[in-house]
Formats: sequence, C-alpha cells, structure tokens
Amino acid sequence: MKKIGVLALQGAFAEHEKCLAQIGAKAFLTRLPRELEHLDGLIIPGGESSSIGKLINDYDLAFALQSHIVNGLPVFGTCAGMILLAKQVIGLDGQFLGAMNIVVRRNAFGRQVDSFELDLSIPVLGEPPFHAIFIRAPWIENVEPEVEILAQLPDGTPVAARQSNILVASFHPELTNDTRFHDYFLSMTERREKCKK
Amino acid sequence: MEKGTWTLKTGLAQMLKGGVIMDVVTPEQAKIAEEAGACAVMALERVPADIRAAGGVARMADPTVIQAIMNAVSIPVMAKCRIGHFVEAQVVESLGVDYIDESEVLTPADEANHIWKHDFKVPFVCGCRDLGEALRRIAEGAAMIRTKGEAGTGNVVEAVRHMRAVMGNIRKLQSMSEDELATEAKSLGASLEIVQEVHKTGKLPVVNFAAGGIATPADAALMMQLGAEGVFVGSGIFKSSNPEARAKAIVKATTHYQDPQVVAEASRDLGEAMPGLEIGSIPENEIMATRE
Repeated sequence: MKKIGVLALQGAFAEHEKCLAQIGAKAFLTRLPRELEHLDGLIIPGGESSSIGKLINDYDLAFALQSHIVNGLPVFGTCAGMILLAKQVIGLDGQFLGAMNIVVRRNAFGRQVDSFELDLSIPVLGEPPFHAIFIRAPWIENVEPEVEILAQLPDGTPVAARQSNILVASFHPELTNDTRFHDYFLSMTERREKCKK
Repeated sequence: MEKGTWTLKTGLAQMLKGGVIMDVVTPEQAKIAEEAGACAVMALERVPADIRAAGGVARMADPTVIQAIMNAVSIPVMAKCRIGHFVEAQVVESLGVDYIDESEVLTPADEANHIWKHDFKVPFVCGCRDLGEALRRIAEGAAMIRTKGEAGTGNVVEAVRHMRAVMGNIRKLQSMSEDELATEAKSLGASLEIVQEVHKTGKLPVVNFAAGGIATPADAALMMQLGAEGVFVGSGIFKSSNPEARAKAIVKATTHYQDPQVVAEASRDLGEAMPGLEIGSIPENEIMATRE
C-alpha cells in the first residue's frame, strides 16, 4: 500500500485523506520534516497559501520539502498547493517552495463571489469531463517548455500541469467523489519506484 | 459555468480549516494578521470587547472600513451583519466580501427570524450554542458554523461549553437507533432529514469553527482538541500587549494543536493577554450568546 503524505498545516487536508482512502492508499498527515521520510508521495492541499506559506518556515519544513522534491518525491499541489510549488507567484513577493517552472497568479479569477465550477476536459484522465471546483483559485500564467499542460479552461487558460514528479491543479479534485486525478497521481508514484529499482 | 453554489460556499470554509480568523478594525491590523498567518480576517469597526464596553446598538461596519481592509490584504475578508438584517447583508455582499457573519455580537435586528441565506451568492457563517441551533442555521443556508462562546470576554469557558454541547450531541445522535431520530429532531428543532444525515456521518454537514473568548495559544489548541476545525479570535489579539507575537503564536498552536511541546513554545514570552471577564459578572441582558 502506497504511503502518501498530506501536508496538514492548514486547509482541506482531511478531504485528500478521504480521497486517498477511496483509492487504497494510506494517508499520513504531515506537519514536521521528520514526517516526510519514507513517503511514496506528498499532497499539498488547498487552503490559504499565505497561511501555509508562513507555517512552512517553522522547523525548516520548507527546506526539507524542497530537498525531497528535488530528489524526486512525487508531489501533487491543489490550489494553494500549486501556489506553494510555483517558481514565481504574481500577487505576492517572491516564491514559497519554487519547485516547478510555472508562473502562477493568486486569486486570479477574483474574490469568493467569482468562484465557479464547471466540467473540464482533461485528456490524460479520459472521458467523461472532470467536474472542476475553483475557489478563489489561481491560474497558470506562464510555463517553461519542460512543463506539460494537462487542462485548460475554454478560453485557453492553463489550470493543471505536470513537470516530471510535480503535478498541480488550480481546482479541487478533493471536493468531488471523482478520484481520477488522485489515481493519476498514484500512477506517478509507481513510476518513481521503477526508476529507483 | 456555475457560481454561488452550495459546493462553492461550503468549499471556501473547507479551505479555511485548521486556520485562525482574526478580528481587525484597520488595514494595518489586517496586515499584521495576514503576516502572522491568519487564514482570513473579520473586518469590523470595533472588536467585541469594545462593543461590550460601548453598549448601545452595534451595527454593521462602515463600508469604507470594510473596503479599506479588503484592499489591504490578499486573504479572504469576512464582515458582520446583524441577525435578521438582510439589507445589511445585501450591502456587505455588494462590497464583495468573501463571507458574511450573521452575528450575535451585533445587536439583533429581528428577534424571530434569521436571514434566509440561500437567497445570497456570498456564503454565511452563523453562531450556535448547541446542535439544534447549528442545524437550524444550516437549514437557513449557513455554509459554515462557529460555536458562539461569549465574545469580548477573553474567557474561554463559554466556547468550551458550546463546543462540548455540539460534539456531545452529535455523539448521542450517532448512537441512537433510526426510530428514535424523529423525536430527537423534534426536540432539537431541526428537520428529520438533516438529523438523519448527522446520525449517519457523525459530523455537521458544514465546517465548524470555535469562537468567543479565545485569548491564548493553549485556548486555541483546547478548542481544536475538543473538535473545532479552526478558530476565530476576536478581541484576544489586538487587546493584548503584543498582537504580532500573539497572533503568530495562536496560528502555530492551532496547526500543531496535538503537540504540547509546540503549544508550550508558542506560549512563551507573549506579554499580557487581554484582560478577562468573569461570565457571572456580566448582566444577563448583556450576554451575547443567548441572542438567537
């Protein structure tokens, strides 16, 4: 059984825990650097990126996260998690973990009254379309060539992407009963195991 | 594309979980709260301790104050309206706030009815003292619940009473048999349907925070261990001697609430907490929690 950490500093970590249980993975709520050891993957959940971004500075957690990701730990960031992983964040000075070569705009769609949900075609997940829930969501403003865009809004705005071991989405698969996104992430952890062997 | 749905309303509250929502009265205070790691701020004209001291009728804040705070920070901004005052709610919604607190801390505008919150695009949070009150508010459209406590006292005893009442009642519901639920729904003053849901899931259908009297990191961790999914801190931060340090410490203790060593560390060298109020010393007509 795969051991997947869920960064549990603030936000919707319990929802990811539930999704992982549904697909037969074991979730570990992770708050301290030592809890990152021996994981097959890590999810950085939705929440308030500004809040999580402050809390990762305690106990050298940011440094520990960065080194695990550089060493190939598969990581999946949803909404705030995507903001934390981006190399550059617009609407904020600098970056948090700076692990992925994307530029992300925070609160890109506006305030809560502009939050929305819609069915989104995501080719790597197949049919039917994925029901995507955007809450004060960020979007991806720019990507470097090594980044694969996985989903776009009808107007072409990228809202999900992957760069080797890093997977991100602007929206919240953990708020739906559709586990295809989590299954896809779990398949990324399988491949890592093969590489290690 | 759909907006203003129940999923989006309850979803924002889910994103706030594990966090601290802080009362602020100026843009400067809002920035201190954001910098300390607050997951949202509550924009007010006066914190509850000052509302209590001032007496008279407490109303929604001046839109200029709310907007200045919205402009100062990038985290979600909440604002309060009076119980039943749906026009104050319309006004606050039109400003674009992220959540409205239909709050007993302000003077109620309607002694019989709460706002029918399903009519709004913006989500609402409401206070409760027990499970029945929570379920009534959810039925009216509250997408988030907070236990009331007694605001502006710096005394956590009422917050504990209300959280224990809600959690205890949920445990009781869970252990009941199906055929007892109708009578229990009647005594709770809630619909059978929602009572059946709580019986089945063992939790409220929306996120539940604690509020009213939280003044220290240990208070915050206590409420989390009792089952709160996050905390509101009102007067506790900006009525203390060192708001920056205390705000940061309460955020840390809320995240690491199960780790006494972290809570101990967070509790060090914070200076004076806000002066507390003994609940028994408050005249009965000045108790805010009984406003429903």
